[in-house]
Amino acid sequence: MANKVHVETTLNGEAVEFLCEPRQSLLEVLRDVLGFTGTKEGCLTGDCGACSVILDGRISCSCLVLGVEAQGKNIQTVEGLAQADKLHPLQQKFLEHAALQCGICTPGFLVAAKALLDRNPNPTEHEVRYGLAGNLCRCTGYDKIVRAVLDAAAVMQGR
Amino acid sequence: MMRLPPFRYFAPATLPEAVKVLADYGPAAMVLAGGTDLLPNMKRRQFTPQALVSVQQLKELRGIRETENGSVIISAGITLHELAAHPLIVSRYPALAQAAALISTPQIRNTGTLGGNVCLDTRCNYYNQSYSWRKALGFCLKKDGDICWVAPGSAKCLAISSSDTAPVLVSLGATFLLVRQGSERLVPAVDFFRDDGINYLNKDPEELLTEVHLPPPQGTRSTYLKLRRRGSFDFPVLGVAAVLRIEPDGVCTAAKIVLGAAACKPRVADNAADMLIGQKVTQALITLVAQEAAKLAKPLDNTDFAYGYRKRMAEVFVRQALTKLAE
Ligand SMILES: Cc1cc2nc3c(=O)[nH]c(=O)nc-3n(C[C@H](O)[C@H](O)[C@H](O)COP(=O)(O)OP(=O)(O)OC[C@H]3O[C@@H](n4cnc5c(N)ncnc54)[C@H](O)[C@@H]3O)c2cc1C
Ligand code: SF4
Ligand code: FES
Ligand code: FES
Repeated sequence: MANKVHVETTLNGEAVEFLCEPRQSLLEVLRDVLGFTGTKEGCLTGDCGACSVILDGRISCSCLVLGVEAQGKNIQTVEGLAQADKLHPLQQKFLEHAALQCGICTPGFLVAAKALLDRNPNPTEHEVRYGLAGNLCRCTGYDKIVRAVLDAAAVMQGR
Repeated sequence: MMRLPPFRYFAPATLPEAVKVLADYGPAAMVLAGGTDLLPNMKRRQFTPQALVSVQQLKELRGIRETENGSVIISAGITLHELAAHPLIVSRYPALAQAAALISTPQIRNTGTLGGNVCLDTRCNYYNQSYSWRKALGFCLKKDGDICWVAPGSAKCLAISSSDTAPVLVSLGATFLLVRQGSERLVPAVDFFRDDGINYLNKDPEELLTEVHLPPPQGTRSTYLKLRRRGSFDFPVLGVAAVLRIEPDGVCTAAKIVLGAAACKPRVADNAADMLIGQKVTQALITLVAQEAAKLAKPLDNTDFAYGYRKRMAEVFVRQALTKLAE
């Protein structure tokens, strides 16, 4: 067993430390070491976006980031979206628009949409599609997801 | 098998420390930039380095700056997202901004770097597969085997240069700064890529790519067109980079056409480009030039789409790129 490395990072606003092997991806650390299983494992090669997390304000595939590379970084996962019992508007709108079926892609889409709206609170449909272009969904056909994100943006803008 | 193999991890804080580790380990170490090419390849056991040297902490690898003579120096650690959005790049070298924006997905562009894109491993349908897939077939020349499945008679691997920025950097006349312990050298982009699917870079394992130097555009316009199946995720199966300078009287005084994803390295279509020099860029001339340039595309059956179609599209894309620049 290789030596474990001590890593300090911020996860959904809280200081977190963990031990991991260099070979463990951030995805493995989140799911298997920290028990944050909201982030999903799909392809493990950057081809699906199910593992998306926000790293220092930008979405990344956590399957292609090492756990040790999270040192000093700020990580946001799907677990950080809801506030206590209150769903994030994106989550609420995904439910209302039936923007999910099997749900394996959903955390990745929510996180990618959150990163998009953080940067661009009032996106066009084109910008939403461009911002979500790194997430695959096998079930919904994407349209409902795009509607849900546009609707959530409108609600968050008070429209 | 899709977990990473074990390795020693180094995250040096300075450039001298980084090149020292690279010198100490030699071929047993690999550079980790964004990891978006390296880590999937390691999961597929195409590489099992003893050590990874992360270059993320290196300040020397950050930033884009202009020099006194109007050249632009891009540090190798700049992300594809930063490159695509940078005002200096968008205004002076639009082809490079376009190529970066067309790579993969938002996630990958946020992590993947220019340096990693330049050093991107060559690709092939028989190679970019899991270890068990490759094992079932008996492996191939590029890794662990002794036959090329694309051209069984070939002594050489024909895997494809699939970087979107490589053809653009060649067309813009870029040079690369390579640093190793105790010395450094500048290599023109055109000499950096080798016509060999296995040893595809003119670079030693001990060398770190630190900077990409772009000469002043000197009145040229540039563009990049990419062929792929989906509008996202997919690697190029053809890329066309074109640079033209057209004087106010309509005469072309500089031209460069480079084809990407058409061979082991970017192919420079100088015969075709030279036909434009001293001429007015008419549609009739563009058609002839595109036919000439497409002769260099010799696609093989080792990526997406039928190779006959890819060959025809080389002509179409060169025509479209030149037409766009001549408008
Ligand atoms: C789903 C998916 C789709 C993709 N689509 C595309 C695409 O359309 N077009 C495209 O061009 N690429 C594509 N890529 C490949 C890759 O994401 C990009 O090429 C990216 O720019 C690689 O940069 P990186 O920093 O992640 O490189 P890394 O993975 O860190 O490194 C790649 C290689 O370069 C070496 N290296 C990196 N930096 C340096 C340096 N400074 N000096 C010396 N050696 C170095 C590494 O050792 C390694 O061999 C895709 C990848 C994925 C997973
Ligand atoms: S071109 Fe031939 S040797 Fe090279 S990766 Fe493909 S099958 Fe293997
Ligand atoms: S699991 Fe990371 S992109 Fe598919
Ligand atoms: S809901 Fe099933 S993959 Fe998207």
